[in-house]
Amino acid sequence: VVCPLHLFRGESGGDAVGVFYEKVTALTGDQPPVVMSHKGLHFVHVRQGGLYWVATTTADSSPFTIIEFLNRLSALVKDYCGSLSEKSVQMNFALIYELLDEAVDYGYIQTTSSDVLKNFIQTEAVSSRPFSLFDLSNVGLFGAETQQSKVAPSSAATRPIQSSREQSDLRKSEIFVDVIERMSVVIGSNGMLMKADVEGEIRVKCYLPNCSEMRIGLNEEFSIGKSQLRGYGAAVRVDEVSFHQMVRLDEFDSHRILRLCPSQGEQMVMQYQLSDDLPSAPPFRLFPTIERDSGGRLLMYLKLRCDLPPKSLSQELSSPDQSAELKPQSRAVVWKIPRFTGGMQLSALFKLEVPGLSSASLLEVGPVGLSFELPKLTATGLQIRFLRLSPVQPGPSQRWVRYVTHSDSYTIRI
Amino acid sequence: MPYLGGEETVRELRRALSNPNVQSDQLRYRNTILKVIRAMSQGVDMSGLFSEMVKACATVDVVQKKLVYVFLCSYAALNPELSLLVINTLRKDCQDPNPMVRSLALRNMTNLRLPSLVEYVEQPLAAGLRDRAACVRRVAVLGWAKLHNLQASSEIDAAVVNELYSLLRDPDPVVMVNCLRALEEILKDEGGVAINKPITHHLLNRLKECDIWGQCQVLRVLQRYRPQSEDELFDILSLLDASLVSPHPPIMAATLSLFLSLCSGQPAVSLAALERVRGPLLAACGSGSREMRFTALCHIQLLLRSIPGLMGAHYKRFFCGYAEPAYIKQRKMQVLVELVNDENVAMLLDELKGYCTDVNAETAQAAITAIGRIGRSYSDRCLEILTGLLGLKQDHITSAVVQTMRDLVWVCPQCSDTVCFALEGCEETLQDSQGRQALLWLLGVYGERVSSAPYTLEVFIDGVRSEASLGVKMELLTATMRLFLCRPAETQDMLGRLLHYCIEEETDMCVRDQALLYYRLLHCGIEETRKVLQGRRSDPSLGVLIGRPAEPVSQWARSFNTLEPLRQGSIETDGALNRLKQ
Repeated sequence: VVCPLHLFRGESGGDAVGVFYEKVTALTGDQPPVVMSHKGLHFVHVRQGGLYWVATTTADSSPFTIIEFLNRLSALVKDYCGSLSEKSVQMNFALIYELLDEAVDYGYIQTTSSDVLKNFIQTEAVSSRPFSLFDLSNVGLFGAETQQSKVAPSSAATRPIQSSREQSDLRKSEIFVDVIERMSVVIGSNGMLMKADVEGEIRVKCYLPNCSEMRIGLNEEFSIGKSQLRGYGAAVRVDEVSFHQMVRLDEFDSHRILRLCPSQGEQMVMQYQLSDDLPSAPPFRLFPTIERDSGGRLLMYLKLRCDLPPKSLSQELSSPDQSAELKPQSRAVVWKIPRFTGGMQLSALFKLEVPGLSSASLLEVGPVGLSFELPKLTATGLQIRFLRLSPVQPGPSQRWVRYVTHSDSYTIRI
Repeated sequence: MPYLGGEETVRELRRALSNPNVQSDQLRYRNTILKVIRAMSQGVDMSGLFSEMVKACATVDVVQKKLVYVFLCSYAALNPELSLLVINTLRKDCQDPNPMVRSLALRNMTNLRLPSLVEYVEQPLAAGLRDRAACVRRVAVLGWAKLHNLQASSEIDAAVVNELYSLLRDPDPVVMVNCLRALEEILKDEGGVAINKPITHHLLNRLKECDIWGQCQVLRVLQRYRPQSEDELFDILSLLDASLVSPHPPIMAATLSLFLSLCSGQPAVSLAALERVRGPLLAACGSGSREMRFTALCHIQLLLRSIPGLMGAHYKRFFCGYAEPAYIKQRKMQVLVELVNDENVAMLLDELKGYCTDVNAETAQAAITAIGRIGRSYSDRCLEILTGLLGLKQDHITSAVVQTMRDLVWVCPQCSDTVCFALEGCEETLQDSQGRQALLWLLGVYGERVSSAPYTLEVFIDGVRSEASLGVKMELLTATMRLFLCRPAETQDMLGRLLHYCIEEETDMCVRDQALLYYRLLHCGIEETRKVLQGRRSDPSLGVLIGRPAEPVSQWARSFNTLEPLRQGSIETDGALNRLKQ
């Protein structure tokens, strides 16, 4: 389904939508290039929520601006519609037209601030599911952009922003502070850790009707920059950190407190990176054995070990229901493990019939890519010590602090 | 998209919209209009409902108004006379006590894009510039730009232009930025807004009040400014220093563009600025948005042209993620090649070797090419990897390896022994014409050292009738001739057959002419033939990887922060190499 683009300047003329559609479907690969051109018209797109968000421009504009805007627009749509999918877009086309109308005038971006926009947006969002407080039980799964798209997003984070009209007391006032870390690891064929990077973000999702200021306290021993001196104990260190424009840092140096006035909806507060000196060992290690058996079949014996500390709560000891399948198109074996307890080891033996298997072909096997989500855990050890809101909220208000580390790219070479 | 039953839908909706019961029920009316818009968004032609929708415009329900305007703006050009009916409602709304209604009306008046409406629009637009509400002023300012573009022939009154200039001092930052935009459009023929010293300093002082988009706009417009003294230049640079390392990539990029343009006469300052943005660019490379990563990557490639060592310590950040799209992986590999040095070469090659067996054939080929380029400086290690890859007997891999070896041997003739040894048996796995051409070239030039060369060529010659590729046939001719010159006994017979076929039976004129040329050459004598065919077989000066001179920033500064770096194709083309090998 292609939703026609908003024609801002009438310069594209004719069927810009049709041209883009043709170009994308004509390509053999699975990923069309970010910039495509056709007769002087340039198409720039991002993919979010399974949808293509496309902007056309005739001038040689800044790609950083266009891409940041498209990402921001999709985030706004997600905030207003509750979730981002083909269905939610279709159900909320009127709202999206309204958003676009207020956000961009004559091709010039006017604003993407949800605080400003909420004064103008009148249409109510239509969500695909009614909101229910009972869905909040799965605090760990909250629909971050992880590779596990099958993980059901908790509707706690899929509530639409209330428009300025809504004053209903039935709706709870809530605020979520999410610490989301993405881990990129490469482990060489000799088992050595070749690369380990963490990119982290602190995001705030605010549904408090009036919140003039919030203060977020991080770990007290939070240090920035590579230094020769290593603190003892549970010091948290990152290489670089950057803050959103609106975060006030006057208490950061002394007490590691961030101050900001959150807008309605989702906003990114702080970003940080850590390379190569992770405080803990990589969460998963693999011990593979690849060989050919006498019948000429490929045998892959994989022993996967989870090096996270075992949780104090008891877990089911019976083996969780795993599954494995062969994907011939990508020539990959996919092993799905729904749950993996810390400290445990799982193993699997895969036998594959490969026509024309030679000893040289064994070189072609691998690497092994893992995609996972570790709830309630941060690889860097970053913690939110406290959350203070002022003014003190009248009535019941919920505050949630959630941590997740997921894999951006976790590669183990064989 | 044709939609069966579209007419039925239009009729139904027309009935509903004209129904007085619907019109008096606020909710029903709005929902009916919603249906119209929904159908429109799905590509159904709703233009037949224009007059009904015009009537629906006069309502107090703002949501309904907005929906109707969406409709009207889409179809107004088809109904210029009917659109005039809307003008009354719009003009009335321009004086509504609610500023939101006023700004909505003003914006849509100009969005209708009808030249016939211009005379009705000018007065409200002029009033809008002085409206007490900022949201109305914002719309009015851009409205003048739209008006100007609608009627390119008529001039915007000088009084309006002056007023726009004075609105640059409006307290609302978006109004200020919109004025910049409007003036840039209206005064395009004169080179846009006059960026003089007072305006520049005014804009710079108010930069912090603007949001990301406003800042980017201001920074872009300021690129035209030329500071009048070095002191002023450095004042401006220090004012902008914080923006240079902004965590928001658009601001960082716009600021660097501005720096580079202001400092075009000061290369040392430019280089210092590049060092400053290393951190933010690297952070953008790790962004959650893959398109942002790609953009940052492409721009890092530009910077590396002037400071090759810029990312040296961070080479691991450019290792490819397992699930990254091919377009990102390929750029990362190009960057990795630039970052190789004695300390990291082992690890880098190990990593690249892993990518050579990627499921995506293009990525695998890019990895092999990358190894080949590193091989110019580290030939032994790279050849070892490349030879190993041949053992996999995968056609796309073998093809890429053979082509890479051909390129490598051209710049590093000392590799020829290893290459010749590796070539034995390749021809079985080669399918595509590029790979086969590369093999033929190698056999032609180094055939005396590849024992099976005549046999391989013979297989090609025997199959020449069914050979589709022009390039392969040409290369086959040249290779057989060259081999004949050093191994005449083994090749004489097949050369004769080949020439006979090409001259007598081949339909492609290029091949035929080439064959004729060679035939006549042979008649002139062996020495003459040798002189023509056995020219250079290498050019080591072309290929040194490390120690390439850094380019001045001015070479690429203009394309920074534009779509140019993101377009298809790699930064360095090996086209020069190919042309020289003929």
